[in-house]
Amino acid sequence: MKKRLFTMHVDLDAFFPASDAEKEYMVQMRPSSTFFKDGIKRLRRNKVAMISFFIIVIIALSSIILPMVWPYSYDAMLGVAPGKPVDMSYNNLAPFTYGYTEQQKIDEGEFVFPHIFGTDSAGRDYFIRVVYGTRISLAVGFFASIIVLIIGMTIGSIAGYCGGIVDLVIMRIVDIIYSLPDTLMVILLSAVLKESGLSEAIEGTVLAKIGSNIISLFIVFGVLYWVSMSRLIRGQILSLREQEYVLAARAAGAKGRWIIPKHLIPNCISVVIISTALQIPNAIFTESYLSFLGLGVNAPMPSLGSLASDALNGIQSYPSRLVIPALVISLIVLSLNLFGDGLRDAFDPKLKS
Amino acid sequence: MNTKTLFYILKRLGLAVLTVWVVITVTFFVMRAVPGGPFVGEKAITPAAQAALEAKYGLDKPVFEQYLTYLKDIVTKFDFGPSLKQRGMDVIDIIIDGMKTSIKLGLIAAFIALITGIVLGSVAALRRNSIIDKIIMVITTAFVSMPSFIMGTFLLIIFAVNLGILPANGTTVSGMILPVITLSLYPGAYITRLTRSSMLDVLGQDYIRTAKAKGVSSRSIIFGHALKNSLIPVITYFGPMLAYIVTGSLVVEKIFAVPGIGRAFVDSITGRDYPLIMGTTIVLATLIVIMNLVSDILYKVVDPRINLE
Repeated sequence: MKKRLFTMHVDLDAFFPASDAEKEYMVQMRPSSTFFKDGIKRLRRNKVAMISFFIIVIIALSSIILPMVWPYSYDAMLGVAPGKPVDMSYNNLAPFTYGYTEQQKIDEGEFVFPHIFGTDSAGRDYFIRVVYGTRISLAVGFFASIIVLIIGMTIGSIAGYCGGIVDLVIMRIVDIIYSLPDTLMVILLSAVLKESGLSEAIEGTVLAKIGSNIISLFIVFGVLYWVSMSRLIRGQILSLREQEYVLAARAAGAKGRWIIPKHLIPNCISVVIISTALQIPNAIFTESYLSFLGLGVNAPMPSLGSLASDALNGIQSYPSRLVIPALVISLIVLSLNLFGDGLRDAFDPKLKS
Repeated sequence: MNTKTLFYILKRLGLAVLTVWVVITVTFFVMRAVPGGPFVGEKAITPAAQAALEAKYGLDKPVFEQYLTYLKDIVTKFDFGPSLKQRGMDVIDIIIDGMKTSIKLGLIAAFIALITGIVLGSVAALRRNSIIDKIIMVITTAFVSMPSFIMGTFLLIIFAVNLGILPANGTTVSGMILPVITLSLYPGAYITRLTRSSMLDVLGQDYIRTAKAKGVSSRSIIFGHALKNSLIPVITYFGPMLAYIVTGSLVVEKIFAVPGIGRAFVDSITGRDYPLIMGTTIVLATLIVIMNLVSDILYKVVDPRINLE
């Protein structure tokens, strides 16, 4: 065929079916990898992070399952039975020893479930209290971080997306809250919220079960700790909103309400996950600190911090009661930190400091 | 110093003043929100005596007027009013009393943390991946993830209860040893890790290679080039370190019975001594804000390459 410039004739060669050799060339040798899969792969290769992850999973699962199957409950004083005087022999038991009536049963050949860590000064099985305290501490850390995540993400993305005066106002507020000494404010707010009729306000609702002190802890976290998250998100959104796909979405008539959750948030999700993971140990730390100052969970509910602080009274005679919750806190915080670092290295190497 | 730096300092100064004002305001209104007021829980008193007490402490005036008086007294005279539980004592006197001990404790702890942190961090970076580096990293990781109150009690058990070499009571000079160690462990471990990572970063820079290529001795590379530049990030940690020491001192002083401002604060919370809670919060918060301000400004002045935004 004669080659002519500007011809409307199609080149028929281009429409022949592909030969087998050509098909061979197009075969997918291995499935394409997404960003998420790549990250998981990198994470799996990180031994420290994986070990920490398994430790967290084991601790979390056992703190959920064990209280269901354990024969003792965290608030049952074993020496107290209706219609009888309090049996003091149950208080302050050493590990694997038994109270007076239990010893009688054992002598008669019955099986009595051992008190692995002994009992506390009120005759409560210490092992289940530690397990239950772990559950509370983990739950507080987790939910506090979720609250921080939601508030920080909403405000940060609005500030980043809207820009201008909205951004200016929000960021000045963030600046001020950021420079407030957080621990002092946490102590102040918890001390006051504890007094201010919160327990009456939540009486009879589901929240009453959680206890006013934990609720006030959540409130404090919601008020104070969202700022660093929102700064982070704002920074991400600021660079993301200049991308072409946002322009395209806007050209197609999408509003901010659509663009933020559909286009912007998914693209900064790795930053969000990493900083949430690193926020959890922080919250657990804060809770144990407040419990130690007597501002933590409501008695008789235990948390690792309150167990440690209760143990201080009998520290000379029963040091194991401090050592056990202390080790559990350290293990949890350490594993969460190492896992969070692993997540960061795997999903966002740029964040590495 | 150019105008941009000056503008930055002024801006930060303004923010610091604003923060302190927010702290005072929040503290005041949060404390007033407590139902019942400070005299609830004391032994039953007649309404007349209650009214007399409230009039004496100015609690019968409108809240906003109380606020203005409170603010004016603080700004002009550092006057936080009288303590409600320790009769005849002004809050500011209790605070100054406690500060004498606490500042000593905090400064020594900060100093020890800085020295050990910088030395250990540099050693770890210079002997990267050696056994020393690994030991240092493992120990610091453990210290960073252990709450200070647990660390303090462990030290108390080991050295005061079991070994009996150091007193458990923090009122004497030798009694200060354990509280100081407790307070300096976390910041010391943190500074070690900070120095290590920034030193590693600096050692990979071109100017270090240039110096090496020119035949500069390794001693003068380390002290003349690497150490100086790797300490810049440590400066940013001054503020947070002080904040940690201030809040850490709350529990440490409680554990070791140190008669400092931290213990006064904890006692005032349990005793619901509102003027003392407010006074201590404001003083400690101001201290932290000032320290953050200084460390931020220092950071920008020391390293002019840093972008001011």
